[in-house]
Amino acid sequence: MSQEAALHNHEGHGHDDHGHHEHHDTFLTKYVFSQDHKMIAKQFLITGMVWAVLGGLMSVLFRLQLGYPEASFPWLESLLGKWAKGGQITPEAYYALVTTHGTVLVFFVLTAGLSGTFANFLIPLQVGARDMASPFMNMLSYWFFFIASIIMLSSMFVETGPFSGGWTAYPPLSALQDASPGSKTGMDLWIISMALFVVSSLLGGLNYITTILNMRTKGMSMTRLPLTIWALFFTAVLGVLSFPVLLSGLILLIFDRNFGTSFYLSDIYVNGVGALSNEGGSAILYQHLFWFLGHPEVYIILLPAMGMVSEIISVNSRKPIFGYMAMLGSLFAIAILAFLVWAHHMFVTGLNPFLGSVFVLLTLLIAIPSGIKVFNWLTTLWRGNIRFTPGMLFAIGFVSLFISGGLTGIWLGNAALDIYLHDSYFVVAHFHIVMGVASMFGMFAGVYHWFPKMYGRYLNNSLGYIHFWITIAGAYMIFWPMHYQGLAGMPRRYFDFSIWESFKQFAELNRFISTVAMIVFATQILFLINFFYSIFKGRKVTVLNPWESNTLEWTTPINPGHGNWPGEIPEVHRWPYDYGKDGHEFIPQTTPVGEDESGTH
Amino acid sequence: MTLYLSVAIIVFIYVVIFQIAKASEYVSILKGEEASRKQNNKINGFLMVAFLVFGFVGIYVCNELYYGKTQIAQGAASIQGEKVDEMLFVTLIVTGIVFVITQFLLFWFAYKYQEDTNRKSFFFAHSTKLELVWTAVPAIALTILVVFGLRNWFFFTGEPPKNAMVVEVTGKQFGWIFRYAGKDAIFGKRYYKNVDPATNSVGIVWDDKYAQDDILTEQTMYIVKGTPVKLILGSRDVIHDVGLSHFRLKMDAVPGIPTTMWFTPIYTTKEMQEKTDNPNFQYEISCDQMCGNGHYSMKGIIQVVDQEEYDMWMAKQKPQYYTAFPEKDPTAVPVVADTTAKTAVVKM
Repeated sequence: MSQEAALHNHEGHGHDDHGHHEHHDTFLTKYVFSQDHKMIAKQFLITGMVWAVLGGLMSVLFRLQLGYPEASFPWLESLLGKWAKGGQITPEAYYALVTTHGTVLVFFVLTAGLSGTFANFLIPLQVGARDMASPFMNMLSYWFFFIASIIMLSSMFVETGPFSGGWTAYPPLSALQDASPGSKTGMDLWIISMALFVVSSLLGGLNYITTILNMRTKGMSMTRLPLTIWALFFTAVLGVLSFPVLLSGLILLIFDRNFGTSFYLSDIYVNGVGALSNEGGSAILYQHLFWFLGHPEVYIILLPAMGMVSEIISVNSRKPIFGYMAMLGSLFAIAILAFLVWAHHMFVTGLNPFLGSVFVLLTLLIAIPSGIKVFNWLTTLWRGNIRFTPGMLFAIGFVSLFISGGLTGIWLGNAALDIYLHDSYFVVAHFHIVMGVASMFGMFAGVYHWFPKMYGRYLNNSLGYIHFWITIAGAYMIFWPMHYQGLAGMPRRYFDFSIWESFKQFAELNRFISTVAMIVFATQILFLINFFYSIFKGRKVTVLNPWESNTLEWTTPINPGHGNWPGEIPEVHRWPYDYGKDGHEFIPQTTPVGEDESGTH
Repeated sequence: MTLYLSVAIIVFIYVVIFQIAKASEYVSILKGEEASRKQNNKINGFLMVAFLVFGFVGIYVCNELYYGKTQIAQGAASIQGEKVDEMLFVTLIVTGIVFVITQFLLFWFAYKYQEDTNRKSFFFAHSTKLELVWTAVPAIALTILVVFGLRNWFFFTGEPPKNAMVVEVTGKQFGWIFRYAGKDAIFGKRYYKNVDPATNSVGIVWDDKYAQDDILTEQTMYIVKGTPVKLILGSRDVIHDVGLSHFRLKMDAVPGIPTTMWFTPIYTTKEMQEKTDNPNFQYEISCDQMCGNGHYSMKGIIQVVDQEEYDMWMAKQKPQYYTAFPEKDPTAVPVVADTTAKTAVVKM
């Protein structure tokens, strides 16, 4: 149903019988080809969760190899067949798992699963719109993602295996079918899947931007938007401007692979094949194109988490977010800088040293807006009245992880240190903490906080607490020691370290990390049980506004239908962070400004 | 059987945890939302401080256990490496201070300001002064790190001293090939279509007069302690990376685009074996850029020796030209000994 029709329907029938239009909905239009932004959000979330489980399981499998390189597990052979002959994962399978783990978590879970879920769910609800600007395009966005998922999944089952050259897919390795078995059919499927994913992301992103700019309710000026919406806005802008560059890079790669061009190829002799005819290409060109997306991508992953964390910390501290304009300004600064730092991934590619120095400067500049955000979060907590909901715990966890991982960014962004630490376990520790786990925490925070709005029921609190404490302790136990491995020069993406005199001293530590990784993975299953059980059997939400929050989504009915508000869309009179103002516990955005009220935002 | 048993046990654990959580939910409904919220706040507030304390203890223990196993504890083996280590410590101090302060405040605030029905939260939405402070202070700290870092960066990536020896390093799936320029100190031209894995692994153009004294070795590179060495890096197939963790440097080896790096080793392999108390110590070259299924085994060795030993080693090397064209080798005994000479060179 289009926006217009939804609008018309509601106004035509009055606000009491808003549910009546649902009789047009069949199972297919309500749950499958739905154009309701809330249903599409849930589709993104659940697809993202399926991928998170698969991606997590892959990491457990390759951690098994790293932790227990000598052992053999007969059940692995029954699971993976020829990829684990004799119960031991082969190098080929190991690299395929590492690559797919990276691709899936970066793109399918933390981009589609995070932005797709919360941009879809929160934008119309928090800006006061009945749906997205184009619900049909929104539906297409999900289904392109779905097809991309299926194709990526199918690449796991081809004879030569899925792509195995790392999630960044650098040519020539990814361009030469004879350089690695994974670079055969698996790579073709990887590229097609990623291309469809880009389409999905663009359709979604354009929609998010349009909706935020054009469909805010009366009184919702841009500076009255919750920070979640601002963060999702910048995320969408980053995606729309950078994903096409990745697509162009991938198209050139398709040409090099299949049509004999030499964009990335030059002077190559492949063992067992001989000298190739390609001359004059530049393998580094791809890296520029890739990281021009790849770095903004990091912020595409991180910004939604930052936005949700800002909102959740403010609500549960019962205090306004400290420095709204500074938070907004730092989001803007991060979004701009995101496009100007990509070559810090390429300090050791033979980059012109002067160019490198410019990128050092711009990279370290990011620490300033990031610092502002951290200090503002801390000040928001200061003298608050904090309620530890599971959502709040994950938000605090996010801040902790963001600090820990962000500070090591200052090490890696400095080229003279990167020249030692690049592509070592230090990098693995850095980006897993700051981007992987932190964003995952942001996502968990969002799910725990908005679950009552999504399903009209609560998640089980105790399971949420167990989930949080084991996960944060586990995450630190997994990734903190990796800094030390990195300082020992241990390179990432190694199948086995036992032949290296310089790196083999960490066998015991690797076993520890692998064990913790398995426990943390098992704890996530607990979350899944909680999630799916609570959808059907959770404690029912009985009040409109369970967290006593100011934002608009809590003015909708407990189970909002398509169109969100049964009657008129509410009007907004103030910013969303009036908590603890003038002795009031909270003042929703829909409350008009009182005459004797102290200065407004 | 054990598999099924362990699966059953895991399922059982899930069921137990789930039932306990479910029961606690019923209890909290009975107690009332207000009371159970208070209790949860207390428990989680306490856990926040506990996490802070155990976290810092954990960091200490981790450092005790693993710092000694890093190469930082071992000390760098090049003058560049010493600068890297120095910079690591400066960066560690700056970021370490920020880390301790912010993590402490985060968990301490969370504990201290947990909900108390007698207290109202403090409405504090904005303070330009505070925001300026935490914009300016990090900016100053970062300026110091940038200046320090760039000075090193330009030293590392700048021109090596005039007396530097030059070695060409070529990566291939999955090993390293080293080329020395020979007596004329000039490398002969190479063209990738000349590559022949048996006799000409980097594709030297034999017609080039500078090429005929070039020396090729595989897996082990010899360099001299105290003499700067410039490496010219390239690759025969995919992108590799020459990772020299003991010298604290690395640089990609890209097909078609030569890159360079230079460093001055300050300890011989032998000295390093004594220093680290490890008779098996080797300067290992690790491939640090994903290059295929054998990536993890792409190892090279650097032998750092003194000048005398290097000269002795060099004297034993035979130009690759004579391996490719044994009939032109003046030292070889003609016809009969031909095949033996060839294998001897290959083995070496």
